[in-house]
Amino acid sequence: MTKPGVDLTPYLRQEMMPTVWCPGCGHGIIARGIATALMNLGVDMDQLAVVGGIGCSGRAPFYFDANSMHTTHGRALAYATGLKMVNPNLTVIVPMGDGDSAAIGGNHLIHAARRNIDITAIIFNNSIYGMTGGQSAPTSPLESHSTTTPMGSIEPAFDMVELALAAGATYVARTTTFDFQEMPKLIEGAIRHHGFSVVEVLSQCPTYYGRLNKLGEAPDMLLYERDRTKLLEAFGPPPEITREEMVGQLPIGLFRNEERPEYIDQYHGLVARAGGGK
Amino acid sequence: MRLVQGNEAVALAAVHAGCNFYSGYPITPATEIMEMMARQMPKTGGVFIQMEDEIGSIAAAIGAAWGGAKAMTATSGPGFSLMQENIGYACMTQTPVVVVDSQRGGPSTGLPTLPAQGEVMQARYGTHGDHEVIVLTASSVVEAYRMTVEAFNLSETYRVPAILLLDAVLSHMRENVEFPDVPVRERAKPVIDEHFLPFGPDAPFVPFGSGHHTVVTGMSHDETGLPKALAGQAVQRILMGVAERMRRDAREITFYHEISLDDADIVLLTYGITARAAREAVELLRQDGVKAGLLDLQTLWPFPDWLVKEKTAHAKAILVPELNLGQYVMPVRATLEGRCPVEALGRMDGELFTPEALVEAAKRLASSVEIGGVAHD
Repeated sequence: MTKPGVDLTPYLRQEMMPTVWCPGCGHGIIARGIATALMNLGVDMDQLAVVGGIGCSGRAPFYFDANSMHTTHGRALAYATGLKMVNPNLTVIVPMGDGDSAAIGGNHLIHAARRNIDITAIIFNNSIYGMTGGQSAPTSPLESHSTTTPMGSIEPAFDMVELALAAGATYVARTTTFDFQEMPKLIEGAIRHHGFSVVEVLSQCPTYYGRLNKLGEAPDMLLYERDRTKLLEAFGPPPEITREEMVGQLPIGLFRNEERPEYIDQYHGLVARAGGGK
Repeated sequence: MRLVQGNEAVALAAVHAGCNFYSGYPITPATEIMEMMARQMPKTGGVFIQMEDEIGSIAAAIGAAWGGAKAMTATSGPGFSLMQENIGYACMTQTPVVVVDSQRGGPSTGLPTLPAQGEVMQARYGTHGDHEVIVLTASSVVEAYRMTVEAFNLSETYRVPAILLLDAVLSHMRENVEFPDVPVRERAKPVIDEHFLPFGPDAPFVPFGSGHHTVVTGMSHDETGLPKALAGQAVQRILMGVAERMRRDAREITFYHEISLDDADIVLLTYGITARAAREAVELLRQDGVKAGLLDLQTLWPFPDWLVKEKTAHAKAILVPELNLGQYVMPVRATLEGRCPVEALGRMDGELFTPEALVEAAKRLASSVEIGGVAHD
């Protein structure tokens, strides 16, 4: 990640500091990862749009000193699609939470992936709904505890990487807040990639997920992230993996990085054929 | 002169108004607008996208507006219901966007191919939280054209979503029309400095990429856009300011037609497709010696209470026929505060009123308020 002494403040909106995120929350590490990627790529902040949804991750757009949009729950990718099509010069990053990406906004995620529109979706996956106080999410592992699954979840979790791959995303990666060396590089790759990119970052929520599942404090949860993941070799976890079985099983790394016709390029081709080029 | 369908007129008007982004999802009876835009947008260098649902459609349109586009989406009842949350987002973020709702019988799937006026209140109050919006309607193909352009103009002027209500008959009927040259409000490209307040009073709409790092949020915020302390007071100040500006300009933004109101005892107050039967009904009533008149509104919201008061000052009774169970009659009644009887005449069976039905209702009303010279039948 960033070396000590590297100043990321030019990328951050100072008047919105401190963040709303709880002490120990992993989302600040992801925001730092994004800022580092922006710095390394030299992204022009005048031409950057950060479009978020609702929930803890939805606050991320406020913290970047760019064109910031905090939309409705689950709809950020649809907003971003209109924005990017009209102004393709903008670099568009969409931070998404568990609900935004896997529940209420799941439809927009799969269609953005299908179209392969040049947007970078970053899934802040902390396995729980934090903003509303610790309810189960479609990313909550089987048997995990939350305020709405007090006896353990009976639903298997969505594997967001598998979902993004199946839906046609052309750049798909997973990393964790523990893997803070790799995370900015994967995000950099996603921003650079011309097409729809999904980077899932496993994040810790000590306030709710950690407490309700007896995973300890934030440092313990970072170690838990380290222990439950393994760098990508053999592909794909079993679909109905439980929290206990997850140890050492969940692959992280870059799953796909391939070229496929990008949606706005395709649309511009259509405009040229229709004689509407400016 | 050419034969044009209502939906086609809306699409052509949108292009005339400078619309360069259309997002939508197919739904009867609005689909032809989308099909037209699928052909028109690429030809004019604009953007067309078929979204995965109506929620995505309105969201993409609002996103496109912040990208610098004049954006529109069109739908019908079920889709309009799905759009409500994000219409509120456009209100809160002062985003100009045009939403067309071709009303069909409801509730639910209802009568997809038959007309209704069931969304008159939903257009005004459908999204949660209070706000002010522009709602226009039309009763002919040429008026649908004119009101579409005005929807874009007013949406730009006041930075609000503008909703155009059509119905299944108007959407699908064809009339010989000569399109009027409706002036288009172009979006100014203001020079902004570091003191620019993106949500200040009368602030121009400045899209992303201008150099100002605007924060756009559906949370209550102040004039800077940031959701700071006392955001409740700030957003009340901002949204009341929007409403105040519309009230200030009420005479310019209220479109209506009137027939024989000067000496009318019985006033038919209509909007949309119902005006067509009402025009003929007024003529028939006059032939029968009933002094009837017509106030036909194209601007439904903000509610033109001043106009309703002015135009019905000498009326002895008012009849409000609507293709619903009595929606717009409520603000009319509230405005007149018992000054004279205000009678609702509603239906929601997918049929239009005939002039004869309106004549009969008007005569019944006339006799109930003891207006002389009425032939009782």
